[in-house]
Amino acid sequence: MNLPRLRVERRLSTSRLTSTLALVVSLLLALLAIGLVFSSLGVDPIYAYRRILRGGFGSLYGLGESLAKSIPLLLTGAGLALAFRARVYNIGAEGQLLLGAIVGGGIALNFGHWPRGVLLPVMFLGGFLGGALWAAVPALLKARFRVDEVLTSLMLVYVAGDLVRYLVYGPWRGPEERGFPYSSRFALAAQLPHVEGTRIHYPTLLLAVGLAVLLYLLLERTKLGYEIRVTGENPAAARYAGMNTDRIIILVLLLSGGLAGMAGVGEVAGIHARLSPPEGISPGYGFTAIIVAWLARLNPLAAILTAFLIGGLLVGGDAIQVALNLPAASIYIFNGMILLFVIAGDVFTRYRLRLELRS
Amino acid sequence: MASASAPPAVLMRGITKRFPGVVANDRIDLEVREGEIHALLGENGAGKTTLMNILYGIYHPDEGEIQVRGRTVVIRSPQDAIRLGIGMIHQQFRLVPTHTVTENVVLGMKQGVLFREREARRQIEALARHYHLEVDPDARIWQLSAGEQQRVEILKALYRQAQILILDEPTSMLTPGEIEDLLKILHRMKEEGHTLIFITHKLDEVTAISDRVTVLRQGRVVTTLETAKTNERELAQWMVGREVLFRLTKPKNTAGEIVLRVENLHVDNDKQLPALKGISFAVRQGEILGIAGVAGNGQRELVEALIGLRPVVQGSITLNGRSLTNMSSRERIEAGIACVPGERMTALVPGMSIAENMILKAYRQPVFGKGGLLDRRAVNAHADRLIAEYAVITPGRETPVKLLSGGNIQRALLARELSSQPSLLIVASPTSGLDVGATETIWRILLEQRQQGRAILLISEDLEEVMTLSDRVAVLYEGEIMGIVRGEEHNLERIGLMMAGALRLPREEWV
Amino acid sequence: MIEFLVSVIALTIPAGTALLYGTLGEVYAERSGVLNLGVEGMMIMGAVTGFAVTQTTGNLLLGIVAAALVGGLMALIHAFASVTLRVNQVVSGLALTMLGLGISGMIGKRYIGMPLAARIRPLDIPVLSDLPVLGPMLFRFNALVYLAMALVPILWFVLYKTYWGITLRSVGENPAAADAMGVNVVRVRYLAVVFGGFMAGLGGAFLSVAYAPAWIEGMTAGAGWIVIALTIFAMWDPARALLGAYLFGGVRVLQFRLQPLGISPNFLNMLPFLLTILVLLLVSGQAFRRRVGVPAALMQPYAREER
Repeated sequence: MNLPRLRVERRLSTSRLTSTLALVVSLLLALLAIGLVFSSLGVDPIYAYRRILRGGFGSLYGLGESLAKSIPLLLTGAGLALAFRARVYNIGAEGQLLLGAIVGGGIALNFGHWPRGVLLPVMFLGGFLGGALWAAVPALLKARFRVDEVLTSLMLVYVAGDLVRYLVYGPWRGPEERGFPYSSRFALAAQLPHVEGTRIHYPTLLLAVGLAVLLYLLLERTKLGYEIRVTGENPAAARYAGMNTDRIIILVLLLSGGLAGMAGVGEVAGIHARLSPPEGISPGYGFTAIIVAWLARLNPLAAILTAFLIGGLLVGGDAIQVALNLPAASIYIFNGMILLFVIAGDVFTRYRLRLELRS
Repeated sequence: MASASAPPAVLMRGITKRFPGVVANDRIDLEVREGEIHALLGENGAGKTTLMNILYGIYHPDEGEIQVRGRTVVIRSPQDAIRLGIGMIHQQFRLVPTHTVTENVVLGMKQGVLFREREARRQIEALARHYHLEVDPDARIWQLSAGEQQRVEILKALYRQAQILILDEPTSMLTPGEIEDLLKILHRMKEEGHTLIFITHKLDEVTAISDRVTVLRQGRVVTTLETAKTNERELAQWMVGREVLFRLTKPKNTAGEIVLRVENLHVDNDKQLPALKGISFAVRQGEILGIAGVAGNGQRELVEALIGLRPVVQGSITLNGRSLTNMSSRERIEAGIACVPGERMTALVPGMSIAENMILKAYRQPVFGKGGLLDRRAVNAHADRLIAEYAVITPGRETPVKLLSGGNIQRALLARELSSQPSLLIVASPTSGLDVGATETIWRILLEQRQQGRAILLISEDLEEVMTLSDRVAVLYEGEIMGIVRGEEHNLERIGLMMAGALRLPREEWV
Repeated sequence: MIEFLVSVIALTIPAGTALLYGTLGEVYAERSGVLNLGVEGMMIMGAVTGFAVTQTTGNLLLGIVAAALVGGLMALIHAFASVTLRVNQVVSGLALTMLGLGISGMIGKRYIGMPLAARIRPLDIPVLSDLPVLGPMLFRFNALVYLAMALVPILWFVLYKTYWGITLRSVGENPAAADAMGVNVVRVRYLAVVFGGFMAGLGGAFLSVAYAPAWIEGMTAGAGWIVIALTIFAMWDPARALLGAYLFGGVRVLQFRLQPLGISPNFLNMLPFLLTILVLLLVSGQAFRRRVGVPAALMQPYAREER
């Protein structure tokens, strides 16, 4: 073949400037590409952007919704950032989130008579354990049998979804819901308080922000965090240094699963106040959290910002759905395009592309 | 018999190949006559593999020309080489483990769409029988021994009608029995009129089957001889003979107590074959014991076994009297073994700062933080101290380690390993890839440590380095120690012979 | 009883057809060493393209071909990202799935509720379609169903009995070995991945122009993810893909029918995924891996190291 060949060469150094510049350029290019897609489908991109921004950030209501949506994104995203730092690709956060919702919901439905001060923490704890348990399967399979965690955690997302469906259509179906696949409403004690006039269930928000900060400190200021980072960046060096990489892999999987589980509790106790079919609990937060983590360059602290941004984007998506009569799924174009351009941009920080003309 | 009148099968003239920092081939002339078995002899880094990679189209020469059977050719890729009838059997086999022999042999052949398996199998069987390369065409590669896998590699070349075959260290993975079989196969190929070039560092192989031998040293041809007219001793001299510069002179030092004792160590390699076959040696305080030998004779497995990354099949390792044999790598670090491995990238996290790399092994100590926390100030102070003490040139301690020059990386590594005041320091290939200045600096550091009473185990393929630094030199060949002698110039010839497997000192004569 | 069996099989086969298309394609992609998590996005883009083009041109064949091309185009992006740029294949695939879901939603908006302009008809095979029991069970499907079935032996044959197949499998197991024998690893991977996208597009088109036929937002409903599972379950073999696709498809479509038998539909749904995890476990065991297993180079980008 005499086609010109594209050679990819490693760059020797990447300054922080290049890295940030690449991110910004990627985002701009992504927005451009999205604009092109929109206009080719007959939608005015400028108008669409304006509506999205207004929807997500232009009003108090919008900001409130953005913040509310950012809660599960941050909680899950921070945990994923941790896991990805160790190069453990937990793609099944959505399933762990659902398991957390199940356990939290189960506690709410059965112990709704407990005082709120006890019930809510127990629910969150239960949710953590549920999510962690769900992540334990891929964790053990990876540590003991070297089975790739990407595939196993992904498969379990579907199992989790079916489990939820089984419960809400079956044993946990609320008698008063008359034919609809919902559980009974949670007792008041099991419902999370909101910021006045919004859907922001602030205990979870505080938990999320607190944990994001904690995870950041864990990574940067503790010996365990150091081990996690070394394991992710150079597993051979980790072993040479006598680190127990298996233990670290299991740990980050359990932690990220647990955090996703707590996000699930937050959703059912904070937004819906009951259990619904999986699409009703989470519109793919577990997957969107991957973008949150990636955009934050796997920094849990930066995830606070990116979670809010993506949350706003999701709300904006709802807005243009109404305003432009577009399907809800349109917002995925944003997610997908941004992710695509960001990882492409990532490449430029690590490699240099060279066009080689062959004679 | 090789004909001297017909044009040579291969003629390489003035071949020069440069890589950053080193001239791998320096104006090399090589003439391989039609139908002969030609050996390329030399130590590591002598340039043998590079030269053959050029012939096979994997590398392109910076200067020089190649002629095949009298015609000047340009070989741009392995496909060009194959088309010219040149085949290469690499040291590391390039086979697909889950596929059958037949599937591996026909891989990449452009013979149409349909894979006529039965016909291919017949052809392979016929070829195999003809050349005594018996192997089951339906067997899967993972089921085969190293010798059988090598036969598949040879069949690949023969199937593509290679006339000229290059074999790179063909016996490195084989058992003695398999080596004998291979030699028979090579004879057979010569009978069939093939021209063979084989790369080796083993003298007995050269004398066993080659017709002529070219000796390379540090990228240059030193001589080409007819094998029948020379002997192992002479070849060894050609191979290593040089003025060892001895740029640094070691001051006299009396060695102290035994720090490391290795007894009858048996270790397997990744393919579950023995890599170390019962070696024994000891390292004392204040001395440098150099392990010389061409790469691939068990050095890597020795280092891994010592630091706890490879299990010991038999034998014992004791450090200051304590048995290490069952300790984890972490426990050994704490017991006082420090190691700068040959593959530097396994000892470093390239993307992390110098400061964070400096605590890679010591981070668990309370001085770097209590209760699981990491005390950044302590980490930074530690890094600053090491940078100053070992004069590591760097913009700062936060600089990612991968940005440092090779010499400074090595300095930083040594700094880190020595900061824990280890009982034993293991250094493997400490100056590979470094320039003269950096090399000298590293040597100085090692000699200083020796002066201060540190026990150092040096493993290196660079004979000059071994001779300059070591008090005693042990030669590793095919997993065994051939002998231990004083690191003095007059022993150079003996060491060379041992490295090439041509001399084995009786135990009583070991130093 | 016979009636039940007939209806079960008659339902299962079309239900599994979209899955079969996708899986056959993904098998080829993964056999070359590239994991394509964008199948869901490619399938749904195939679905919307197939419907839209058929609707606008009135030509069914054009719609199907366009769908396949769109799937292939998306896969080209994935191939570029994964093989040339060597980015994280997982993330690249996910991004394409999201993109596919989003764009298809937007394109398909105007087609919701529209009846398809050109309908596909079930084939009327002389003699066979009229057989008593076997007729309605096996011989009254449309052409796309039979195409998928026909592709199985063809793709099986190509994979195991041609030089292309050996090359493809070698690239996925040991790209260095293939490279050493002059194989263009990059080209092989590109072709395999694009083929996978092509097939995914076809599968999607099947859903929108034959199975439903209609355009419903998100109509693949996770079929792409099931394809990923199926590829593993089928152990990267086209023949086993046939069985697996019908099994998984059947389970999906029959989950409510089997309820009177006391089998909870939800647990039935879970079964394929749990079985897939089991397969992953089995396949990781050393002994088993020797004969059949995850292509050794799966998810590992290849770059020829030059000193």
